[in-house]
Formats: sequence, C-alpha cells, structure tokens
Amino acid sequence: MSESKFYGAGFPYREIGDLPGKLIVLEGSDGVGRSTQTQLLRRWLEDEGFAVSDTGLKRSEMTQEGIEEARKGHTLSRITMSLFYAADFADRLENQIIPALQAGFVVLSDRYMYSIMARDIVRGADPVWARKVYGFALKPDMVLYLKADVKDLVTRLIHGRGLNYWESGMDLHPTNNLFDSFLEYQSQLILLFDQFAKEYQFVTVNAGRPVMDVFSDLQGHIRNLLEDQHPIIEENF
Amino acid sequence: MLRKNTTPGKLIIVEGIDGSGKSTQIDLLYKWLQAQGRSVYFSEWNSSMLVKSTTKRAKKGKLFTPTTFSLLQCTDFADRWENRILPMLKAGVIVLADRYAFTAFGRDVARGVDREWVRNLYSFALQPDVALYFRVPLDVAVQRITSARAKLKYYEAGMDLELSESRVESFTLFQERILNEYDRMVDEFNLTVINGNLTVQAQQRLVREIVKQDLAGWKGLPRPEDIPVIPKMSEINAGEGES
Repeated sequence: MSESKFYGAGFPYREIGDLPGKLIVLEGSDGVGRSTQTQLLRRWLEDEGFAVSDTGLKRSEMTQEGIEEARKGHTLSRITMSLFYAADFADRLENQIIPALQAGFVVLSDRYMYSIMARDIVRGADPVWARKVYGFALKPDMVLYLKADVKDLVTRLIHGRGLNYWESGMDLHPTNNLFDSFLEYQSQLILLFDQFAKEYQFVTVNAGRPVMDVFSDLQGHIRNLLEDQHPIIEENF
Repeated sequence: MLRKNTTPGKLIIVEGIDGSGKSTQIDLLYKWLQAQGRSVYFSEWNSSMLVKSTTKRAKKGKLFTPTTFSLLQCTDFADRWENRILPMLKAGVIVLADRYAFTAFGRDVARGVDREWVRNLYSFALQPDVALYFRVPLDVAVQRITSARAKLKYYEAGMDLELSESRVESFTLFQERILNEYDRMVDEFNLTVINGNLTVQAQQRLVREIVKQDLAGWKGLPRPEDIPVIPKMSEINAGEGES
C-alpha cells in the first residue's frame, strides 16, 4: 500500500486520484521574507517553463470577509478562531490547491497549516486536538522552512512595515508594549516551528542572510525535487 | 466520548432529524423551567452572529464542501460555546440546546466526513446531563417537513450529495443516513430515546419527568427576584437605636 497523501483521513467523500503537480510550502516567522522569496521563486519557475500557482493564508473567497470582520472587532475566542481558520484553509486546499495539483501546476504556498497550528497552540489550543483537526491536510512534497532568530525579524520589520498587533500576539496581552510582546510571541512560535521541522521533515534554510543567498538555497532544493519534470529544451535554437 | 460536565450548571439538549418534533418539546420545557423559577438559557444550532455572513455567502454560492461545511458549523458552535454556553454553565444556569454536537456527528458523517475526525472537532464540548433523542420513522418526518414547507432548501435536502435530482427524494435519502448515525450514537453518547410518535403532551410528560429527576436536589443560580432583600443601612442603624 502506498503512503497516505494526507496527515489523517483527508477527504473521504472525494476521489483525489493522481496529483501530477508539486506542492511546495514556504514556512517561517512573520517578517522572515517568505513573500519576497515566493515572488522570486514564481518568476524563476515560470521562466523554467512550469505553470505556477501561488496561494497564501486568508485568501478563501468563502471566509475572507467573515474572518476580517471578526478580527476587526477582536471578538474571536480561541477555539472559534482555530476553527474559522481551519475552514478557510480547507476551502483553499479543496478548491484551489488540489485542483491546481491535479492540473499539474507547481503550487507555491506561502505558509500552510503548520503556521495556523503554531498560532493556535501558542494561544492555548490542545496540540493533539489541533493536529487531528488538520487530518484533512494534504502532505506537501516539500516544506521549506525559512529560519531566522527573533532579532533578525525585528531588524527587518522595524526597517520595513513595522510591528503589528496580531504579529505581536497582543491579543494574548504578553506585555504592555508591541516590542516586548513581539519578542516573546515570535520566540514561542519559533520554538514550535523547530519542533514541527523535525516532526514533519521540513527542509530548514537559514534566512538570516541576504535575499539572493537564501533564494539560491531554495532554488537548489526545488531543483532536486523537480529534477525529472523539467519541461525546458536546453539547446538554443 | 465527551468529558463529563463538572460545572455548577446543567446542560440539557435535544436531538433528532428534521421533523422529529424536538423543537416543540424543548420550547415547552423552556417555558416550564422558567415557570418553576429556574435560571434558563436557550441556545439554537447555527445561530452565531460571527459566522452568519460567511455561512450565508457559502450557501448562496453553493461553495461548501462536506469538510468546510463541518468546520464552519463547528466554528458557529464554538463561538456559542466559548461566549455563551460555557459561561452560563459556569454561572450555574440550566442551558437548553436545540441540537448539539450529535447533529454534526449525524449530518457531517452522512455527508461523508470521517467519523473520528468530526468527533475530535467537538471534543471541547461537554457530555450533556440530559440528552434527549426524538426518534421518528423516516416517512413520518419527511411527511411533516414536506407538508409544512413550500420547498426544501439545497443543503437542507442534501442536494450537495447528488443522491437524487428530486429534492424530496434527496432529503429522504439524506435523512435516512442521518437516522442511521443517530442510532449508532444512542449507546456511544448515552442518548435517552423518546418515541416521537407519541402525542406532544405524552412526550412532554416524559421529558419533564426525566429533567425533574436530573434536577432533584440540585440548586443552581438563583434568579434576582429570589435573592433575599438586603436591609438598607439606615434600617439597620434605626433598629440598633431602638434597643
């Protein structure tokens, strides 16, 4: 019997069939440079002749508005929030990611259920419960974990878009200011990511380096994964 | 299995397929308990304001899959659980719920999600003190619903399962699956079966007897009007002056 495509029961009511595409996930903290790398990778892969679909968190047509609304009022309680995000993720998985994989796309996912689980667990969700909730999640072909320490994140964010309420876990009231809260919250998330890296066999990439150095590492890993599938004719004509 | 309710409150729930008469029964129970001077809170399935707009959009656009349907209904339940039901139980109130996790265990599994998976979703909920399951034969329930309604709604009829082109036939097949799931749950979750073929009054008599037995010797949160009036300071001082 072949290894299961899913972490748990998956979608038992639906025949998924073969997935000729590849699911590549970029994981890592807020401000680690995931979206920059996703953009670079997309351009590169398209140049190489791959059809690419990129997807990030919180983009489901079904749930986007509802989640935004609820977050604005900060009315989401812990379990409610976990489930709302799980619904959003399931919608994207079933209606965007899986169809794209069936059509042979390389799907670049800027984050995956690991990020949502990490945020839930830091907020007190039962880790066993959270893992079982995501029993429907498809196992990616590769998870690239952009790892940086919290000081690097601060440097990037202070010089970039600044610190924000949710990325500092302010709803948890860890401290009375954004800076200390950010340090505490993001450190906890990094601990969880490190744990997940072992559990889910992430490929860890040191993100505390210049953008192009990180990019070149990511390219190397992805090249290995896509080795047999290269559509390009190398000769000049 | 759900965790035992160790809060000072009481949790009483009703379950059954559409047309089983459970809502009529819990409504009568609610009024009776209030008349008995009890603090009661009523919560209805799928009534959270938080996910209302999302559910509406998804239903209208037929965007649901069995998994997202299940997760969104559980989000609705969790919102009511965290912000209403659990706080009320902790305060010592009797919470009456028209449908509970068992509705999800029935419907979502009938839609094809994994039995264990959906049980884990709701594992934060507590085992009710009283769980009443109103069992009616399929044809009776279908007759009640189809005669009372102009047209069955898409998801209500289980049209997303593509069991039949006809709404009534689809509804019947869908409810049959749910009925089978309920029957499995009777032992698993210790549901008390009430014969939904009895008259409304006969069913209500049974319901009240069961609830009365469960509440025997239990106090709960008093209502404001039942709290003894505290004498005003001036009255106390006046009393002291006299002696």
